[in-house]
Amino acid sequence: MPDLSSLDTLRNRILSILLLCLVLGIWQGSSMFLNIPAFILPSATAVAQGLWRGTTSGLYLHHGAVTLFEVLAGFALGGVLGLALGVAVALNRRFAYFIYPYIIMFQSMPKVALAPLFVLWFGLGVTSKIVTAALVAFFPMMINTISGLNSADKDRIDLIRSLGGSERQVFTMLRFPSALPFIMAGLEIGMALALIGTVVTEFLGAEAGLGMLMQSMNFVMDVAGSFSVLIILATVGLLLNQALIMIRHRVLFWERLGRAEPDLASEENFAAESKRPRGGSALSPSQK
Amino acid sequence: MASLTGASATEASSKNGQFDASRSPDFIRIENVGKLFGGRGPVVTALQDINLQIGLGEFVAVVGPSGCGKSTLLRTLAGLIPPSSGKVWFGDHRLEGPRHDIGVVFQSPVLFPWRTVLENVLIPVDVQKLDRKKYLSRARDLIDLVGLSEFERRYPAELSGGMQQRVGIVRALVHDPAMLLMDEPFGALDAMTREHMNVELQRLWTAQHKTILFITHSIPEAVFLADRVVVMTPRPGRIAEVLDIDLPRERTLDMMSTAPFGEYTRRIRAHFGSAGGMD
Repeated sequence: MPDLSSLDTLRNRILSILLLCLVLGIWQGSSMFLNIPAFILPSATAVAQGLWRGTTSGLYLHHGAVTLFEVLAGFALGGVLGLALGVAVALNRRFAYFIYPYIIMFQSMPKVALAPLFVLWFGLGVTSKIVTAALVAFFPMMINTISGLNSADKDRIDLIRSLGGSERQVFTMLRFPSALPFIMAGLEIGMALALIGTVVTEFLGAEAGLGMLMQSMNFVMDVAGSFSVLIILATVGLLLNQALIMIRHRVLFWERLGRAEPDLASEENFAAESKRPRGGSALSPSQK
Repeated sequence: MASLTGASATEASSKNGQFDASRSPDFIRIENVGKLFGGRGPVVTALQDINLQIGLGEFVAVVGPSGCGKSTLLRTLAGLIPPSSGKVWFGDHRLEGPRHDIGVVFQSPVLFPWRTVLENVLIPVDVQKLDRKKYLSRARDLIDLVGLSEFERRYPAELSGGMQQRVGIVRALVHDPAMLLMDEPFGALDAMTREHMNVELQRLWTAQHKTILFITHSIPEAVFLADRVVVMTPRPGRIAEVLDIDLPRERTLDMMSTAPFGEYTRRIRAHFGSAGGMD
């Protein structure tokens, strides 16, 4: 995201709300006056009603909790495994040599295509969703861990070595903290993919979950209901992402520090530094 | 001297970094050191027949254009790369890898952005698993010595380039090394800050009595700081001349415009005239 904070004035906030009203107005107006059937484009009010009904009845809460559990469990499983395997690959050249062909093979495969198999193997319960979510979250996490651990500055490595430091110390004092911006970016991508993986697997067959709910609404042409579930899904995705951004700011506190006394030389350093990935990664969040 | 061939004695000494430098006035002896680079590609002779003795407490500057092997020499002395031929002695002990009693200052400050100024200065203490409590006051004194006391709890990103490099320098001193290896430490600074840092380094050297090997491609900087200037020429990297700088201490920036100072810089520059000058 570009830094838009300077535009955040009261006037612009009011304009922003007016813009939202305009969009909703056009939506409502077009469904009322253009004779678009409700099963193609339900009116804004119908969607709002669906949202209200589903929320107050506890229906969305029940299914949302199931989906959220699947996403978080899959994300945690895939994240931990991705981190562990990434560390192993980055540290052990022999291990990397033998495992790399498999990584590349799986990398080029659309992982969600395995979801039907997982439903077949693990059934309609939560397991098949967790496995899919874990699989899709695993790869960005592993790839980013590997590139993060290899991103450590050469002079900094030399500094530790020149003091008689061991490779273990190079890892704990330097490589791992250097990898944190990449790992955090990997988590953000992994979380987004875990949500996709979970919902797609729920489409294929589930006992509960927002994906299943949406699918069953589609079968009965309750498109307004489907839209309202979409809004819930978007909200869940947004909240999960915001949570990760908060964690990121805490973990990578040094990325947001300003300069006390800039001078010419520091400006040069600054330019050199900004060429390095600042929280960027092999797979940046924009690629999701 | 008989014990120096014993591998265990050498190893033990490089572990705790202790040696009896007083036995030899030449603290460091570099004997016929050569370094070749190039695995698959053509072989490059980075260093050839380097012979140099450095006395305890001496300030030696090495000048030369890019590619003359001066950084390779420093990395060899730091134990980061082994020489292809020849030997390096620290007192009675042959150099066989990184030592605990050397401080290295790099061209960039090489600070860790997630550590505060104080924590950055304590990196050698952490790496060598020394007692943090014992070294805390020394670290604070050193930070004070370069005028950064107020910034002790700040992070590198909050400092200017000159301040960052000062942190890098006092960090190299915190574990009380016998020797400082400095690889163009002020190369990235603007001219004004650089002159200021030269004065400051002289003051630090006077206060700390360290042996310093200082790499630079600035001739005036070398003459201003050093007791002796080693002039290196490229392809292959070898020593062209070693020049005693007989200027009184403390040296001041005003001295840079005196006749003797000019004479030294002229004489050094003459080595590079035919090669098209320094770059």
